Amino acid sequence: MARMKFLCDADRCIECNACVTACKNENEVPWGINRRRVVTINDGKPGERSISMACMHCTDAPCAAVCPVSCFYTTADAVVLHSKDLCIGCGYCFYACPFGAPQYPKVGNFGSRGKMDKCTFCAGGPEADGSQAEFVKYGANRLAEGKLPLCAEMCSTKSLLAGDGDIIAQIYKERVVKRGYGSGAWGWKTAYKETIAS
Amino acid sequence: MAGFISHARLIIGALALMFVFAAAGPAAAQQPSSVNPTAQAVSEDQLLNALQNRGGTISGRVTIPDQQSATLIQPAGQDWRSFHERTLKWIGGISVIGMIVLLIAFYLFRGMVKIERGRSGRTVVRFNAFERFVHWMTAACFIILAISGLNITFGKSLLLPLMGPEAFTGWSQWLKYAHNYLSFPFTIGVVLICLIWIAGNIPNKTDVEWLKRGGGIVGEDHPPAYRFNAGQKMIYWIVVIGGAAVAITGYLLMFPFYGTGVAGMQLSSTIHAIVGVLFVAAMLGHIYIGTLGMEGAFEAMGTGTVDENWAKQHHRLWLEEEAARVGPNDSEAQARARAAATPAE
Repeated sequence: MARMKFLCDADRCIECNACVTACKNENEVPWGINRRRVVTINDGKPGERSISMACMHCTDAPCAAVCPVSCFYTTADAVVLHSKDLCIGCGYCFYACPFGAPQYPKVGNFGSRGKMDKCTFCAGGPEADGSQAEFVKYGANRLAEGKLPLCAEMCSTKSLLAGDGDIIAQIYKERVVKRGYGSGAWGWKTAYKETIAS
Repeated sequence: MAGFISHARLIIGALALMFVFAAAGPAAAQQPSSVNPTAQAVSEDQLLNALQNRGGTISGRVTIPDQQSATLIQPAGQDWRSFHERTLKWIGGISVIGMIVLLIAFYLFRGMVKIERGRSGRTVVRFNAFERFVHWMTAACFIILAISGLNITFGKSLLLPLMGPEAFTGWSQWLKYAHNYLSFPFTIGVVLICLIWIAGNIPNKTDVEWLKRGGGIVGEDHPPAYRFNAGQKMIYWIVVIGGAAVAITGYLLMFPFYGTGVAGMQLSSTIHAIVGVLFVAAMLGHIYIGTLGMEGAFEAMGTGTVDENWAKQHHRLWLEEEAARVGPNDSEAQARARAAATPAE
């Protein structure tokens, strides 16, 4: 099976936020939650770069390690998913996550945390693939339909890549060789304990 | 003349043009490789290396309303993970199980501390109804807070395999609600405890003497004490200071982003967890000495009165004070006296 990863080529990202919008629309993400966001580093200064970031589906995921009810699981494609039926909304995965991916809808009293929501790599959840119950809780399951996450699929500059880690790393390497530069695969060291030489 | 000038112009113009081409030629040829758009671009490694403090984050600007999402990478989560999954389990396990083992060993070795001269039958009021209400409100909350707190750290190792995921989630969900809501009466209880008993809990010289003589816990000695001895004062200050620490850090976690960011919540959770498990260990000791460990101690918080011989043995100076203030609280004698004083009515 493939080892699914995200890679944002920061030298191509034009901060159009289409990935953010596409994700919200495709998955009908709850109000106030953004599974993906574009962060601009060194804004307005020389060398400004924008990076589209969401859950990186880490190897040895910190969220899964700290979850007090063990609601996380990793699919055969190495996508890190969780069960909203088991989540108790304690906030621990948010403390541990290096990428700030887990978010909680504000429900009930004192803005307390509801069940955690995060990027699913457009792979739904533990419910039956493509079922209504799955869509309501987790959003689209494009992977089951043989499609890749919509954020990357519709990226206008093909900056955001999603897919098998080896293939997208190869595409990135070729780009770097051809154009002669590359500012690195952001988050790969943290998420996958590896990097793409550039 | 005019011809010469125009001729010279042509030559100079041609030379100048040649010069320009000569100068520009190599530069134009090098254009694709000499301009590196990432020369000034900041890389992830640089930013990670530049993070001086471990709580630092790589942040930028976002255009979506949620400004918390401007944090791109926060490496400190890894430290928090290793604390929560390793360090805390050791600290918690050693302090809680260690305390239980210690208490069992102590009970086997020392047994129950008896009232040496037996019960006198006369009682002294030790805690009034309000004091007992505050104590038991705080105590009941504490027990549930302790169980739910330990569950979130140890539950998945101890209970999850036994209960199965669905049942364990249901149980943990209720304990989470209990933990959040009971924090309020608990905090009120800690504040009231702080206020109603502070007068008797200021450390003084008798405490030094009491501690030097082993407090009657080690050996058969019974050093005198006022209303609260040095051991009880320690429990008081553990409750007040520990209670304040868990309340403050707990509310920071309960109201995410109201007071702190993610680094603050990691620190809060670390303090909350360490103080919490030590608090549980201390309270196990307190529960032991108030029940199994000492004859006649539980009724102080149960009925509110203690036997006079118990008070003489453990709190002689307090008993003398009380006797001087209200006289002996001999309910039977008082009833007889009242009956004798009012026969005509």
